Amino acid sequence: MTILFYIAALIAIVASIMVVTRTNIIHALLYMVISLLATAVMFFLIGAPFIAAMEIIIYAGAIMVLFVFVVMMLNLGKQAVEQEKRWLSTEGWYFPSLLSLILLLEIGYLIVSGQTAPFNGRQIPPAEVGKELYSTYLIGVELAAILLMAGIIGAYHLARRKKYVVHRFLKTEGAEQ
Amino acid sequence: MIAISLNTGLIIASIMFFTGLIGVMIRKNIMFMLISIEIMLNAAGLAFVFAGAQHGQADGQIMFLFILTTAAAEVAVGLALIIQFYQNLKRSIPMLPII
Repeated sequence: MTILFYIAALIAIVASIMVVTRTNIIHALLYMVISLLATAVMFFLIGAPFIAAMEIIIYAGAIMVLFVFVVMMLNLGKQAVEQEKRWLSTEGWYFPSLLSLILLLEIGYLIVSGQTAPFNGRQIPPAEVGKELYSTYLIGVELAAILLMAGIIGAYHLARRKKYVVHRFLKTEGAEQ
Repeated sequence: MIAISLNTGLIIASIMFFTGLIGVMIRKNIMFMLISIEIMLNAAGLAFVFAGAQHGQADGQIMFLFILTTAAAEVAVGLALIIQFYQNLKRSIPMLPII
């Protein structure tokens, strides 16, 4: 079981690094799906089966498919990949990566220098999560509902295509149908 | 059962988080920046679930559900902005190299 966890963690980290370094956006999205699936395996192994299912259904199934739909809609060609290759120049990423790695080393040192204890291995069933969610965190659920509502309305309002009406004499922009 | 300590899990989550942070800093394409933000949110949720599993409580998983909601709303609005941006600029620049 432990070796499975480490393999899943390695796959998740390697897939995340591949996402950051790809030039073709569809390849990056597929690597992101692999990373999310490996994360779901980790969740399942430490005793959170409900969250593993949510990760696959919502993250890998809904959010990534939304990304893929938008990429298909934008209909990017070969010149986008060429542009990305030119933008991903070497001198552009040395210094930010160095600074981030220093921060990562600091956080790793802080984590390692603390006390450590193995996971107690109790599997938390979905019923317990649901009971806690709808009793203690009820206000959070309502706030999440409001946030999703605002997201839906905002996405609809922003992505609406403005219609161009060309009259014989005057051209009006933004007339909505 | 599984013999992993909390420190190992938190280190894995930190490595994924900083991968996303590097992605946000080195990429100039807005689509890749959105995906990198997704990596960072996922890593934060991973840390929450690890901490919840450490204490055997369901609170970490509930926090992950809230992070999931936030990520979904953020992606919807961000992608709508990208679509609008692209369509508005494509009208004036035929071969748009930005996205």
